[in-house]
Amino acid sequence: MSLVARHLEAAGIATVVIGSARDIVEECGVARFLFVDFPLGNPCGKPWDVPMQQAVIGGALDLLEKAWQPRTTVQVPIAWELDENDLWRDRFMRVDDSNREALAEAGRERREQQQQARQQRDPGVAA
Amino acid sequence: MTARRTHRSFVSYIDKSREYYAAHGYDQPYQWPYHHDVPFTSLPKPLSDCTVGVVTTATLPEHWQNLPEGQTKPAKKPYAESADPIPDALYTKDVSWDKDATHTDDLDTYLPLHRLQELQQSGRIGQVAPRFYGVPTTYSQRQTCEADAPALLDWCKADGVDVALLVPL
Repeated sequence: MSLVARHLEAAGIATVVIGSARDIVEECGVARFLFVDFPLGNPCGKPWDVPMQQAVIGGALDLLEKAWQPRTTVQVPIAWELDENDLWRDRFMRVDDSNREALAEAGRERREQQQQARQQRDPGVAA
Repeated sequence: MTARRTHRSFVSYIDKSREYYAAHGYDQPYQWPYHHDVPFTSLPKPLSDCTVGVVTTATLPEHWQNLPEGQTKPAKKPYAESADPIPDALYTKDVSWDKDATHTDDLDTYLPLHRLQELQQSGRIGQVAPRFYGVPTTYSQRQTCEADAPALLDWCKADGVDVALLVPL
């Protein structure tokens, strides 16, 4: 999505990215980024929390008006769960000794499925 | 709240996904785009006169219906869809978001059309664009840059979009 923002910006359309994957967006480099430090999935605010959503979108509009140079990041001053943020941060895509073998097996299964799908599409593909 | 940390507090998805897929046995890490130079366009006129478009990475539910035989998911292609009426939901299950921590049952958490409509009514923005836009995330940066982004730009120009909110799930 950051690549798309860059394309629009270069063509004269002012943009703001609203997102939660700060490193991905900032590495790509966009004009304006409103960072919402939430689990991936709800960058515009918590479900059914209309005042919070209004604050996030209001923040995006403020950023459109006030940024004067590219790579402007503003972090929205809201938290998912102030005392429990590390729970979702640690859990997402976690790799440790408790799941390492299961992840390796899942990868093997996925590659086998992909190989079978390729063979069905093109029987000439070597097994 | 004050705390001391040995690592940054926000998640590095570049680090996490690299380690996660390495644990699955994929030995070629994804090459994330990095740019030194960043384009910038100033706001062309007051927001109260601007047409505001919104872009999502979610797909339309109908894209997942009546798939050709043997196909389990639709081709990832950009789309433009009427913003009136506002859809009840989009399809998000195929996108990598945190399905343990939250849900996407509330459209406005990732496609804020109701919130933008309120801002149009209050006069904070000129108007919401007649269509919203989807650019499903693809592995291919070439497809994004050479096909998807130009298509989106054409739709935005046709709809008179002055500013765009881009909301990756």
